[in-house]
Amino acid sequence: MEPGQPAKRRAEVAPDGARPLLSVRGLGIRFKTTQGIWQATRRIDFDIAPGERVGIVGESGCGKTITGLSILRLLPGNFAGLDGKILFDGTDLASCSARQMRAIRGKRIAMIFQEPMSALDPVFTVGHQIAETLRVHTDVSYEEARARTLEMLRRVGIASPERRIDDYPHQLSGGMRQRVMIAASLICGPQLLIADEPTTALDVTVQAQILELLRDISETSKTALMLITHDLGVVAETCTRMITMYAGEVIEDATVDEALVRPLHPYTSGLLRSLPHLSPRHGRLPSIPGRVPSIAEMPAGCRFRARCAHAAKGCEAEQKLQDAGGGRKVRCGRFAELNLPGALHPPEPAAGARVARQ
Amino acid sequence: MTAATAEPRRDAVVSVRDLQVRFQTSDRRATVKAVDGVNFDVRRGETFGIIGESGSGKTTIGRALVFLLNPSAGAILHDGIDPTALSRKKFQSHRRDYQIIFQDPNAALNPRMTILASVLEPLELAGVGNSTERERQAREALERVGLPQEFGERYPHQLSGGQKQRVVIARALTLKPKLIVCDEVVAALDMSIRGDVLNLFADLQRDLGLTYVFITHDLAVVSHISERVAVMYLGQFVELGPTEEVAERPLHPYTIALLSAEPRPLPSAMRQESRIVLQGEVPSPIDPPSGCRFRTRCPHAQPLCTERVPEWRELKPDHWVACHFADRPDFSSN
Repeated sequence: MEPGQPAKRRAEVAPDGARPLLSVRGLGIRFKTTQGIWQATRRIDFDIAPGERVGIVGESGCGKTITGLSILRLLPGNFAGLDGKILFDGTDLASCSARQMRAIRGKRIAMIFQEPMSALDPVFTVGHQIAETLRVHTDVSYEEARARTLEMLRRVGIASPERRIDDYPHQLSGGMRQRVMIAASLICGPQLLIADEPTTALDVTVQAQILELLRDISETSKTALMLITHDLGVVAETCTRMITMYAGEVIEDATVDEALVRPLHPYTSGLLRSLPHLSPRHGRLPSIPGRVPSIAEMPAGCRFRARCAHAAKGCEAEQKLQDAGGGRKVRCGRFAELNLPGALHPPEPAAGARVARQ
Repeated sequence: MTAATAEPRRDAVVSVRDLQVRFQTSDRRATVKAVDGVNFDVRRGETFGIIGESGSGKTTIGRALVFLLNPSAGAILHDGIDPTALSRKKFQSHRRDYQIIFQDPNAALNPRMTILASVLEPLELAGVGNSTERERQAREALERVGLPQEFGERYPHQLSGGQKQRVVIARALTLKPKLIVCDEVVAALDMSIRGDVLNLFADLQRDLGLTYVFITHDLAVVSHISERVAVMYLGQFVELGPTEEVAERPLHPYTIALLSAEPRPLPSAMRQESRIVLQGEVPSPIDPPSGCRFRTRCPHAQPLCTERVPEWRELKPDHWVACHFADRPDFSSN
């Protein structure tokens, strides 16, 4: 059942001493392309504790979606290989058989995507599609499945679910479709929900509803949430920990509050400073010069070096994701000597002060 | 100019009076009132922001402002004149002064044309100068948006998203417009690049005296770049005022809810706890609610809101709102 033997030697434990639910170690994903093998991500290390809400942030192409998909082993056809371990509750998903994966997918780990319309089948009712997940994984009767589907639809905030259960996806609004997707993902009571940009296609008032729902569900049913997004505001509102990715690597791992107030990696700091929310109105927006290096020509050493205002000697060496104290990690050799601005600049020492918008 | 309810201001580049844009549904059984009675002036040299959720009609207004769509009723005046009254030939040269830029630069650039050819195209169509002069102007436009000379010979697929959007901006600049409508121009760009492009818009405005209408769903972007902002809901403006006023002392319950719904990248101790989460979604513009269109989602709705359409009124100097109860202190953020 557990091919990877959840090694006793593993030193990494969550801060509170509990064993992490998910423990990704040295994950790297390679793809075949016409120009050879491309390394999409490498050396990905992170943990998610049971019931914890973790945001994975980064710009397009940094590898956050592919990391989410690799946990469920839902990799595209040109997938060429995977290194490292994905330990989920003691089982190494990286070495599970297709059959073992099918038993986990949708039951113990579920995933929702940005565009609910392409995830739902247009020719089946939403009730059928939610109940299907349940009937595949458990031995319930049709009536029982329908009853639990109704209950789940109510739980995710669909008004008059007895009417909606027999609707087809096109009869629902975008926000309701995303609620249906959430209902389908939660019907088997998964331990981990991976949500990939779940609100990016939604309007801001509907986004607020869905984020509140995800937070509430994670709190009441102790489902861990891995929220993949490019929006730092969404992470701040929803998660407790934030993992920042850049060019296929994890570059910072800290609690949301710490990462926002005092980022340790120059990239995290640059991202925060480029947000218009945090700049004086009509002033110049700070930006990060240059662009993310192409996957085909990744520089050696620190991958952010060419765009970094703090690059110095030593940055051309490989950077390790190192312990920065207090449960924080950062992939920057200079973090201790840099005092980088965060969401509040100048940095404000007193927490709890109200922010004055300029 | 049937419905010109107020004289356009002297410094108005664009004056919109009682603008209505209606579409037929594909089965021709119903009419969608995408824009339904909107009034505003865009002042010379300013950035006028329009925010709203999808389906609010903001893009339709943008397209109508440059006459990619004709108003179903009401009037749009460019510098005091009605372009629909111009002869076809005069209209063609007139519309060069009013440009529009869209969200997706990939859809705006022909993948088989070099960057220089794309930027040259409007100059050729307008018959500006001879070919040497046109090339000089196109190269100058590329330089102005911060692209190196050699980019002229490249093709769109060789450029990043931010660079492509710069090309589109350069192309809009070639004919030296007075006004540029910017429809979600940074929405498709990564966060670290957005700042660059927004800075470019600000530089061009300062150097060339441009006027912008900035249409976006992103509150942070609109409040950063605009002097004045209008909030749109279901085909109508619900609030219009100086950006700082609207962002800090909003008068309409919808604006208050929008501001409160926006996720802020702030540590937990600094975020407001009492967020207003609106129930439901935007109703259909085919059959909008009677009276105030926001009443079905408004936390303060009263019987009066069903019965009467709220008047569009200037509650504070330059700060307009359409809500029966906007002056009630327990309602607004004041």
